[in-house]
Amino acid sequence: MTIVYDKSKGLTDAELHFCPGCTHGTVHKLVAEVLIELDVLDRSVGVVPVGCSALSYDYFNCDMQQASHGRAPAVATGIKRVNPELVVWTYQGDGDLASIGAAEIVHVAHRGEKITTIFINNAIYGMTGGQMAPTTLIGQKTTTSQDGRTVEHSGRPLKVAEMLATIDGAKFVERVSVDSPANIRKTKKAIKKAFELQLSGEGFGIVEILSTCPTNWALTPRDSIKWLRDNMMPYYPLGNLRSPEEAK
Amino acid sequence: MAKGKVTFNTDICKGCELCIDVCPVNIIVMDESMINVKGFHPATVIEMEKCIGCGNCAITCPDSVIKVERF
Ligand SMILES: Cc1ncc(C[n+]2csc(CCOP(=O)(O)OP(=O)(O)O)c2C)c(N)n1
Ligand code: SF4
Ligand code: SF4
Ligand code: SF4
Ligand SMILES: [Mg+2]
Repeated sequence: MTIVYDKSKGLTDAELHFCPGCTHGTVHKLVAEVLIELDVLDRSVGVVPVGCSALSYDYFNCDMQQASHGRAPAVATGIKRVNPELVVWTYQGDGDLASIGAAEIVHVAHRGEKITTIFINNAIYGMTGGQMAPTTLIGQKTTTSQDGRTVEHSGRPLKVAEMLATIDGAKFVERVSVDSPANIRKTKKAIKKAFELQLSGEGFGIVEILSTCPTNWALTPRDSIKWLRDNMMPYYPLGNLRSPEEAK
Repeated sequence: MAKGKVTFNTDICKGCELCIDVCPVNIIVMDESMINVKGFHPATVIEMEKCIGCGNCAITCPDSVIKVERF
């Protein structure tokens, strides 16, 4: 009898507070599994700002640091520069990273900081009750775009991975999705590559993950997966935008 | 075909049903005969002998409810 899958030792025994079917939990598992597989859990430090992942320090079996809204890349920069032996990563939502934290993420990439960013794009501010984010799609109804987002009022959704891929210091940029077992496996591979890049000291790496927010999308978890496929994937194409070979 | 065995940590299942859609042999259902401590009908397997131990259900579960073994 071989074990095909069991809960990762990179996670604590705490039960996740996320809503049923929220893919934040899926991504938490992947990050934990990768840190174990790379054997760096005991020297890794995760930095989480605000958002539904704000309680992640209870879930990851490694040191964690809270940061204020959008500032995780700046805090991570400090931690990494003081102790380069540490494996430092940020875990940020789209309301956090693409809005109030837009400057921090651009400049962490610009400086080529040797950290890894896990970026959860669920097209909404989840924690605060479903407001429009820079990543909210055209026509998407949120509590602050009740008739649907319009280009006239709010512009077009920000493509973070494409934007960061233009910056030289960003050595690994990939957009993935956790909508199916195959894509979850690909997401894990991308997260692993981003961490490996940090370990080899090449520069900044970010993985943008298309994710669901069933509660604020007002859909069942299963319908949320379908909504992600039908609406997010066409606008946010999956794929690698920058890898070390190409970035040289 | 490989044989698999799945075990559910029933108490922490949130009844999201995401595991149902990814099972290639369609053996996962929600157990409507019980309600767990969280107040959900938890996921369970019917016809365990059909399980191929692919791991899809466990990989997909956001809450690490499922353990999969293969023999
Ligand atoms: C300075 C500051 N402004 C506003 C907030 C309120 N706030 C908490 S979480 C959040 C954004 C959450 O959205 P996102 O980053 O997309 O995370 P999600 O919950 O969707 O994963 C905001 C605006 C705050 N905590 N601090
Ligand atoms: S509000 Fe949305 S993002 Fe937050 S835990 Fe619930 S489903 Fe997940
Ligand atoms: S391991 Fe595969 S076959 Fe077995 S219950 Fe899970 S998804 Fe179905
Ligand atoms: S995916 Fe996990 S939490 Fe959701 S119903 Fe299946 S076992 Fe329960
Ligand atoms: Mg969000």
